[in-house]
Parts: sequence; structure tokens; C-alpha cells
Amino acid sequence: MKRIYLDYAATTPTDPEVVKAMLPYFTDSFGNPSSLYSYGQENKAAVDESREKIAGAIGAHSDEIIFTSGGTEADNTALAGVAWANKDRGRHIITTTVEHHAILETCHFLGKNGFDITYVPVDKYGMVDPDDIKRSITPKTVLVSVMQANNEVGSIQPLEEIGRIAKEAGVYLHTDGVQAVGHIPVDVNSLGVDMLSLSAHKLYGPKGMGLLYVRRGTHIAPYMRGGAQEKGRRAGTENVAGIVGLAKAVELAMTDLENEMRRQTLLRDRLIKGLLDTIELVQLNGHPTQRLPNNVNVSIDYVEGESLLLNLDLEDICVSTGSACTSTSQEPSHVLLAMRVTPEKAHCSLRFTLGKWTTDADIAHVLEIMPSMVARLRSISPLMKVKN
Amino acid sequence: MTGFYNDKVIDHFKDPRNVGVIKNPDAVGYVGEPAWGIDAELYLKIDNGIITEAKSKAFGCGATIAAGSVVTEMVKGKYLDEIAGITNEDVDRALGGLPATKLHCAKLGRDLIQAAVKDYREQHKGQRDGYR
Repeated sequence: MKRIYLDYAATTPTDPEVVKAMLPYFTDSFGNPSSLYSYGQENKAAVDESREKIAGAIGAHSDEIIFTSGGTEADNTALAGVAWANKDRGRHIITTTVEHHAILETCHFLGKNGFDITYVPVDKYGMVDPDDIKRSITPKTVLVSVMQANNEVGSIQPLEEIGRIAKEAGVYLHTDGVQAVGHIPVDVNSLGVDMLSLSAHKLYGPKGMGLLYVRRGTHIAPYMRGGAQEKGRRAGTENVAGIVGLAKAVELAMTDLENEMRRQTLLRDRLIKGLLDTIELVQLNGHPTQRLPNNVNVSIDYVEGESLLLNLDLEDICVSTGSACTSTSQEPSHVLLAMRVTPEKAHCSLRFTLGKWTTDADIAHVLEIMPSMVARLRSISPLMKVKN
Repeated sequence: MTGFYNDKVIDHFKDPRNVGVIKNPDAVGYVGEPAWGIDAELYLKIDNGIITEAKSKAFGCGATIAAGSVVTEMVKGKYLDEIAGITNEDVDRALGGLPATKLHCAKLGRDLIQAAVKDYREQHKGQRDGYR
């Protein structure tokens, strides 16, 4: 049985070309970029070249790129770094209710430590109203953080408009671009952001690698202290292989971006239509058109998400769910709840995220087996009698 | 396949035993809250204090569905006061051991049995469970 991987938003396989670009930096070119001998300096050149490539791809200057261990560190650095560096100017931060936990947990921490956090709500599609951001800004606001695209439901936020509002008000704007970069066009200037987080393993790069873009002139304190790497903004010996891999991944993604967007959008819409047409009582979660080309999120009434995930796994198909059933939490996805999806429907949610190796045949196969799988689980579901 | 669940759980999940409802049951146990992603019912036929038939339906994660299935096997042919003593650990053992984060699903199995026993005893207040 061929595995069908439809969880690209969780992580992507590393592109073999990326691996190939990285390999020499583990063995042959292992030098520390901070070392003065040529072994080290060769690697410093590789890091510099990568930085330039990546910066160019998102419309940034190379000195505006700070390499990190991933998206989570980038998010933590942006929020805590700006909060700390600007605490005498104001202690108010605005974010949304549908952010990734890397943002939300950092905000909760700051909220308990002297900062005021405003969580702006979203509509039923998971979209933020820029006017809500505007209304929330006070003289004490120093930072607004709104994700570019949501990891669970794929909704793409009206960031340009929020960028204009932030600029007018003189507050920094950060975006978690983890799900966006490499999947939709990202330009830090047209978006009007001062900071952007990125993660390599969401765009066919290696895990444990990411970056924070920081616009020149932004007051931000370092998150990791130690050596003078990254111009003193992020201590720690550079992950040279990771940096080279990220640069290669960005390069590959940009070359293919428009084609892949078009191709994946077609597959996405085929999957959505197929699920809605062949299975009763299914709803699409998220915005119908303002969504990532690779994201499908549905709620299938009376079928708990994890049970369907497990059933699909038995057929070697990998997906994810916004349901939760662990001894510590029965709370379903905070994103779906924020969109006012009922807890019942949130527990019945299933997310498919497509990627560059998803084929027509993969989607056709999923659509072929899903109806009977749903019928089986509904036949053992006591909730189904509600309808009968 | 190296999965999250053991083969026994997967077996009960793939092929749940005694699925369905019993018409005119002698006892019904109901546990759950769909808003928590869990909902299950257990139907029993009881004759002279002995469980002669058991059926269940379950909505929930893999472990919940497996627990709903395994309890029908655990109670069949047993005396009511015997099944009243079934513990979370008994259900967990019958499923070959659930992952640590899923132990509450074994409790759901036990709660389901307890709810059915309670239902029967409430209907037969002041009477003994049956002969033995």
C-alpha cells in the first residue's frame, strides 16, 4: 500500500535537493563560521550567501534576517524581544484568538508578567477584521501580531490593511508566516510587516531551522544570549547545514510557487467538492476562497475526528484533526471554537493539507474510500439516531 | 505497523463487537458529552441477574470505540454484582493496555457498565439483583 501523506501543514518531507545541498556541511565543511581559518570562513561565506538568497526572496535586506531554531523560537523572540525592548514606551500587545500556540502561550506569559494583551476575535471564517485591530490600539500599544495564514483552517488574513493601520499608529507589526512562506507570495514590504517568522520544515526544508525577519530600526532585545552570532541578536553557533538547507528550500519554493499554487488549489477544491458531494452533513471550516491553496478542513457530523484519522491511518493515509481526547484535555481546537464552530462539530473536524507531491490519484483515492469509512463510523455512533 | 494503539485496541476499533441497540432492554447505561467528543451507550438484557445480551454504540476516539466494544464482551454471561465490580484497570487490561494519555477511555468503559447497573437497580429498587 502506498502511503498518502496529507499533513503537509504539520511538516513536509525534506526535498532531496535540499538534503543534497546540506550534506557537505556535516562532514567536509564542518568549520565554525566564527573561526578565522579558512575552514571556518568558507562556512561563514555559505551562511552569508544563504542569508542573501532568503532575504531576496521575501523582499528583505540580508541584515534583517536572524536565523533561529524554528518558527517557535522566531515567534517567541519577536514577542518577548519587542515587549522587553519597548517596555518603557508601552506594555500593550494586540494579537488574535486563532494564533499558533507559540504566539498564544508567549502572550499568556507576558500577560502574567506586566503586559496587557488584547485578543482580537475572528469571524466564522476565521478572518480578522482590520477595524477591530484599529479600535484596539491605544497609546500604550507597542506591537500587533497577526498570522499571515492559519495553520488549521488556512484562512489568509488581510495583512496589508493591518500593515497600513499599524504603520499609521506607529506600532510594530509581526506576522507568523510559518504556513505562508513557500506556499503563497510573501513580501515583507507589500505586507507592511516589521517582523516575520518562518520555519524551514514547512517548506521542504529541515526541521530545527527557521528565521525571524526584523525590519531595520526595530527595537528588539535578543532572546538567546551568549556569543556575538547574528550581530548579537541570537547567540549560538550557526546551524550551517540548516541555513544552507533553508536557503535551498526557499529557492525551490519560489521557482515553483505559481505553478504549485494553481495545481494545489485545483486539487484542494476537488477534494472539498468531493467530500461535500459524496458525504452527507459535512461543512467546510475556514474561508471558501481566502484560504491556503493546500488546506482542506471539514467537520463531518457524528464522526469524531480522531476515530476517522485512525481509520484513515489504517489505510496508510495521514491527516490531522482539531479534536482532542487526552486525559488532560478534552478541549477541541481553539481556532474552530474562536470561529464559533460548536464543540460538537469541532470534535468532528478533519484537516487535509496537500503538498507538492500530492497527486490527482491521491485525492481520487481519498474520495473513493471516505464515504464508506464515514458510514461505518456513523453506524456505530449513538449520535446518529438524532437524525434517524 | 507501529501505531499509537496496540493490536487489541485496533482490532476492537476495526471490528467492534456487539454493535447496536437492544429493543426493550433491561438496563441502559449512558455516558458522555458530545461537546467533549465522547458519547456511548450500553444496552443489557438481564435474566435472573445474569447478563444474557449486551450491545453498545460509541462516538469518540479510537480508544473510546474500543472500550465501548470490549465492555460488551466483559459483561456477557456475568452476574450483575460481578460486573458492578469491574474497574478501570480491568477495562484497560482487557484492551491490552491503553496509551497513558488514553486511560480515561478505560474509565469510560467502566462508567458505562456502572451506569447500566445503576439503571437496572433503580428500576428494581428493594429487590435483589437475581439468583446465583
